Amino acid sequence: MRIVAEHLSYTYNARSPFETAALKDVTLTIEEGEFFGIIGHTGSGKSTFVQHLNGLLRLPSSMKKYRPKKPKKGEVLPPPVVLRVGEFDLTDKKTDFRALRKKVGMVFQYPEYQLFADTVRDDVAFGLKNFSDTKLTAEETDAAVCAALEAVGLDFSELKDKSPFELSGGQKRRVAIAGVIVTRPEVLVLDEPAAGLDPLGKQEVMELLHRLHKSWCKTVIIVSHDMDEISENCTRAAVFADGSVKAVLSPRELFCRTEELLALGLDIPLTARLCALLAREGVAVDCDFTTEDFCRAVLALFGNKRGERT
Amino acid sequence: MGKHRASARSARQFAFVLGEISVLNAIEFADVSFRYEEGAPFAVRHLNFSVAEGEFVAVLGHNGSGKSTLARLANGLLTPDEGTIFAFGVQLGEKNLYDVRRNVGVVFQNPDNQTVATIVEDDVAFGAENVGLPREEIGRRIDFALKAVGMEPYRTATVARLSGGQKQRIAIAGVLALKPKAIILDESTAMLDPRGRREIVDVVSRLNREEGITVVLITHFMEEALLAGRAVVMNRGEVVMQGTPREIFGRREELLTYNLALPRIGVICEKLRAGGMDIGDTLDAATLAKEIAACVS
Repeated sequence: MRIVAEHLSYTYNARSPFETAALKDVTLTIEEGEFFGIIGHTGSGKSTFVQHLNGLLRLPSSMKKYRPKKPKKGEVLPPPVVLRVGEFDLTDKKTDFRALRKKVGMVFQYPEYQLFADTVRDDVAFGLKNFSDTKLTAEETDAAVCAALEAVGLDFSELKDKSPFELSGGQKRRVAIAGVIVTRPEVLVLDEPAAGLDPLGKQEVMELLHRLHKSWCKTVIIVSHDMDEISENCTRAAVFADGSVKAVLSPRELFCRTEELLALGLDIPLTARLCALLAREGVAVDCDFTTEDFCRAVLALFGNKRGERT
Repeated sequence: MGKHRASARSARQFAFVLGEISVLNAIEFADVSFRYEEGAPFAVRHLNFSVAEGEFVAVLGHNGSGKSTLARLANGLLTPDEGTIFAFGVQLGEKNLYDVRRNVGVVFQNPDNQTVATIVEDDVAFGAENVGLPREEIGRRIDFALKAVGMEPYRTATVARLSGGQKQRIAIAGVLALKPKAIILDESTAMLDPRGRREIVDVVSRLNREEGITVVLITHFMEEALLAGRAVVMNRGEVVMQGTPREIFGRREELLTYNLALPRIGVICEKLRAGGMDIGDTLDAATLAKEIAACVS
């Protein structure tokens, strides 16, 4: 499902003293099959944007209705607001939001805090039951839950009757993710999926997301503060600042622009920092800023040098 | 086990003698064991661990290694099943719990769980009010604490409208208002963004440097550990590695066995070395860049 947003704006607490414009005229397209990153400082509008994708935040439903067909003489209409996720038009209030939410899975920050059921099986099955149109048999439910748990690397027969609260932190997070992917969403949105885990846990979660991206959900969107995570994993990333999108670029293009990122209060990945430092020493390293490619590029330079000497 | 205990005691006496001269242990665990439930594995086992007054110690370890249990034991939120804990030479017990907590403050992970009042100054005053300080003194303490964490302009702000980093600084100020001699930060930066994390780390390093407050920083972020004078690695409730952060990160094989990943810079050094380049074990990007430049030009 392709995601298209054009001229999207959103204001919290509109018409009150606490009015804050969280999104200002955002235009952004996310293609099907991407592993997309969303970066930006706290309060830049990242979360507000992703909450639009499955209708947790809605555009004023009247957006279309009140838009005059013909402008009055001399009047210039603002450009139309577009928000489409696949075939769903989110500016239309007749859109079937239930069907949309089945297709767009949302994993919030610290999803393990949202576990609630007595057993792992019931917890994972909760969304499935709520989203299915017919009543599922116990076998059907178990089969779907089993598949979702296996997809996140957990053993169904071992865990199904355990309380989710007995599990370790990393396992809890996996169960919570299984509870979202069990409805087979096409788009999976995760807000800071690796936050609060130890370094090894982080690595495991990112590996898991790559596996899901290949086998389970066509599009994966992650919101992250960790630039290393973005440079290692994403096909493209959007930079949010102050409610608008400053750039949508591949990591290779994005992290060349270190000065701009730093000015926005964002970090840059370690590899980009090293490249910038090396540039100052007169060494140009051309890489896509993943650890692997950086090392390859540096070793290639080293190889050339050695070749010259001998 | 008897041997354990004997050595622990002599260590304490040693520290105590030193304490009379100048160095006193701020926090000391002598052969401490603790488990959350009867029959459950020990979260902390036969732990001997001490932090000298004025020291800045980083505690590393994977999830479930016993780091948080250590923080909770240190200021009496949990009582050890075995062994004894000393805070500034005083043995922790029911009677002196509140005195110990005035000396050893803990800041936890989630900023939203640690605020009690709606206005910043009320929140900072909460602990000081509870120990019954006179009103004027509380006012002075709020001034001092807010200044120390750089939040003076927010004295009358609404806590709920602050950012995560600002809320954590308020939580630290609330602890500082009690004028503690030691602060333990239990993954206090885990839920913050990079800027919030820097704010907190800057504040605690300064408190350690300028006010001489003992700091125990429990963290997953290897970069934060680099700021400490000493790093300690925990695994299965025991201290398994100790040394300067640099020494610890140099022992890569060992770190991996304790389920700790190398920082990314370590991975890069390793890969380049494997490719035949003459690269040392640095954790500083500028140094690494210089070494690479020297190899390729």
